[in-house]
Amino acid sequence: MKNKVISFPYLVWALVFTLIPLLLIFYYGFTVELESGQIIFSTENFVKFFSNSAYTNALIRSLWMAALATFICLIVGYPVAYILAMSTYKRKGLLLLLLVIPMWMNLLLRTYAWVTILDDTGLINTFLGKFGIKPIQFMYNQGSIVFAMVYNFLPFMILPINSVLSKMDTSVFEAAHDLGANKMKVFTKVTLPLSVPGIFSGITMVFMPAVTTFAITDILSGGKNDLIGNIVQRQFREAFNWHYGATISIILMVLIVISIIVSSKYESEDKGGGLF
Amino acid sequence: MKKLISLALCFLLIFSVMGCSNSNKKVLYVYNWGNFIADGIIEQFEKETGIKVVYEEYDDNENMYTKVKAAGDMYDIVVPSDYMVKKMSDEGMLAPINKENIPNLANLEERYLNMSFDEGNKYSVPYFVGTVGILYNTDLVNEDITKMSSMFDSKYAGKVCMLHSMRDTIGMTLKMLGYSMNDTNKSHINAARDKLIKQKPNVKAYGTDDLSRKVLDGTAAMALVYSGEGIKAVTEQPHNMRFVIPEEGSNLAIDSFVILKDSKHKEEAEQFINFMLREDIALKNAKETGYTTPNKVAKEKLPDDMKNDASRYPTEDILDKCEVFYSDNKHYVEAWDLILAAN
Amino acid sequence: MKKFSKSFYIFLIFLFMYAPIIVMMVYSFNDSQVATAQWKGFTLKWYGELLENERAISALQTTVFVAITSSLIATVIGTMAAIGIHSMKRFSKNTIMGITYIPVLSPDIVTGVSLMLLFTFLRIPLNKYSLLLSHITFNIPYVIISVLPKLTQFNKNIYEVALDLGAKPFYAYTKVVIPEIMPGIVTGFLLAITLSVDDFVISLFTGGGNLSTFIYSQIKRPNPSINALSTLLFAAIFIMLVVVNFSSVKKEQKVEKII
Repeated sequence: MKNKVISFPYLVWALVFTLIPLLLIFYYGFTVELESGQIIFSTENFVKFFSNSAYTNALIRSLWMAALATFICLIVGYPVAYILAMSTYKRKGLLLLLLVIPMWMNLLLRTYAWVTILDDTGLINTFLGKFGIKPIQFMYNQGSIVFAMVYNFLPFMILPINSVLSKMDTSVFEAAHDLGANKMKVFTKVTLPLSVPGIFSGITMVFMPAVTTFAITDILSGGKNDLIGNIVQRQFREAFNWHYGATISIILMVLIVISIIVSSKYESEDKGGGLF
Repeated sequence: MKKLISLALCFLLIFSVMGCSNSNKKVLYVYNWGNFIADGIIEQFEKETGIKVVYEEYDDNENMYTKVKAAGDMYDIVVPSDYMVKKMSDEGMLAPINKENIPNLANLEERYLNMSFDEGNKYSVPYFVGTVGILYNTDLVNEDITKMSSMFDSKYAGKVCMLHSMRDTIGMTLKMLGYSMNDTNKSHINAARDKLIKQKPNVKAYGTDDLSRKVLDGTAAMALVYSGEGIKAVTEQPHNMRFVIPEEGSNLAIDSFVILKDSKHKEEAEQFINFMLREDIALKNAKETGYTTPNKVAKEKLPDDMKNDASRYPTEDILDKCEVFYSDNKHYVEAWDLILAAN
Repeated sequence: MKKFSKSFYIFLIFLFMYAPIIVMMVYSFNDSQVATAQWKGFTLKWYGELLENERAISALQTTVFVAITSSLIATVIGTMAAIGIHSMKRFSKNTIMGITYIPVLSPDIVTGVSLMLLFTFLRIPLNKYSLLLSHITFNIPYVIISVLPKLTQFNKNIYEVALDLGAKPFYAYTKVVIPEIMPGIVTGFLLAITLSVDDFVISLFTGGGNLSTFIYSQIKRPNPSINALSTLLFAAIFIMLVVVNFSSVKKEQKVEKII
């Protein structure tokens, strides 16, 4: 099969729609427009970002909230993946499918429906009110940002872990069992280490989109605390300051590259804990 | 698997067939603010003229601008506010309006014509005038609110909603501090910014059209809202809703019809504008939307309680304290970033 | 007892995933203009209004058009690319796969912004065709990633035997190679459709006009007919997938592979 030629359309496509756009981001990120309309090379916008604690705070807040959400997804999602993978229930494929179907529903709408449930005058508080319990404020805080992230990204944690666990050779467990390991030991010494690749893909697939998310998190938190995605969005769509928006985009890409390098150190590629 | 794909394709086919509708009818694409027109007006226009109207809504000037700038030929008429009219005309995005096709222009009040953002009304025709004010719930607020500074009072911690709109929220705060809404002096803007950052423990949420709902159902005690929203809330629950324009003054927003340069239906667009300025239509619109009409003949026909309601038709001394935005957005962006990014 | 606690845990997770969807569906029948938890009576009027909501219908059409077209084009270009890449030397293969992973790994907002800069630079107006271009761009890598493993599993000798037996390369490809890697192609195609329908951030920057960006522009002013539309779509997808899944155990295994 020597037909490398047939990949040419893609190569052209990747050049025009992947590489050139990246170059444009770097071009905008490292330039500023002067009052006169002249465009000059400058790292001014990087200085603006790092010298201003509000911007760095937004970045740290995004990283922290995403990390928290990833951790919760792991704690909540691992047992789901484990139970489904080990189950002998013959329709577990269907269960897995049911877990994915919500993703076909618009994210914003699903999140907005939580307002009906969680608001101060929402379903839960109306219900509690019937027993004379005062309304509890579930929304309008930073916890609700994490909640929205967990809700949106949980399946991305469950699926890769489940996929690794399902592919595991069950004879390994039997062997461990025969050798006298109890259930707990089998889990901590065999199952858990073997599922590490799945855990790592899960972490990557939740953490990376969570860091840069925006809009969705505002629905529950009342838009009081910008995440870094909100700020990038504003530079492009409200402030029309493309140069600064591109600068923050570069900073985000650098962060992503760092986290990929870090995670690939732990993740052995050939074990493949992919989503699919 | 084939079954799944064929099912999916059938599904798609049904939807795409739904799209092929009457194409030889005249069509007008109108892009307007949300909740900014009375029910039935569009239908009446379609019936009278045979022109089909495709009507879309937006919730802030900047989103509208981005959209129009990106896909200019998709719309014929949009309704930007004052400063945005200026920005768009400066950038050559608007088509001059042929006033001969709009005889009903004579119905408009002089006060709202020939403003600094579009001298001589070359590109824009005022549709509605709005102010920004405070809507509050008397079940949760035991005093008469008259001042903007009440929103910064720590006794309402966690009970106040502000507008998720850079110009309005910063502008109202500048006003409260005694500056102009169009002040571009950095230290004045920073003073407003610090005030708003300090206010954050008071703030329940930043929002736009969803805020009056929060005050109505008691989730929030008070909110900064556009006058139309505020007045509508008062009409809905007169027993516990109050809407006031702060003593310190407010923004006078003049939202105007403009025709986009790339519009392919200029004459229909002018026909639409003329229709909207007609006495009966303007009257119906003013009654239902709650916004202030710049249409003097329609205003005369309004019921007395509406005409004399100071929150709807502010008195001269309030109007004198109101300002129209004209300064450029860029002066306020960084302050706004910092306000929303603060903890 | 242990079994019960496991089932109960799974039930809780499903409740968490489905609670808002159920609420949204139920409230699409609520006779109230505003999003409120108060039940004001049963109505079908939002479903009636939906048919008159031109914007919602056209947003739906754009979503369908872009999803199908972008997935088809991405599947063709991506499959060809995968076959080509598979036969490359290690170095060029790694380089190209590195580029392929860029749209997969970069944050959506960065992909969206960078494409917007490109379209502005090339003076391409932002509309449903620019939207299509951007969706093809982020879909191709997923097709390549789905097809490549199947090519690795494929026994090269079969292709060579076909050539030895006198088949032209094109014939050998369509009759021998393509059928072998078909599961990967189908996976890639369905994945592409899912991603396209689901995408919000990239669409917001590169044209909009599809369902997700339309909903974003309406979200502050909840419009019950949007809930009605989503209820219909969700019901359709749900029934379709579940029926296909139930139709036979064999098929079930295939669907499982897809997700």
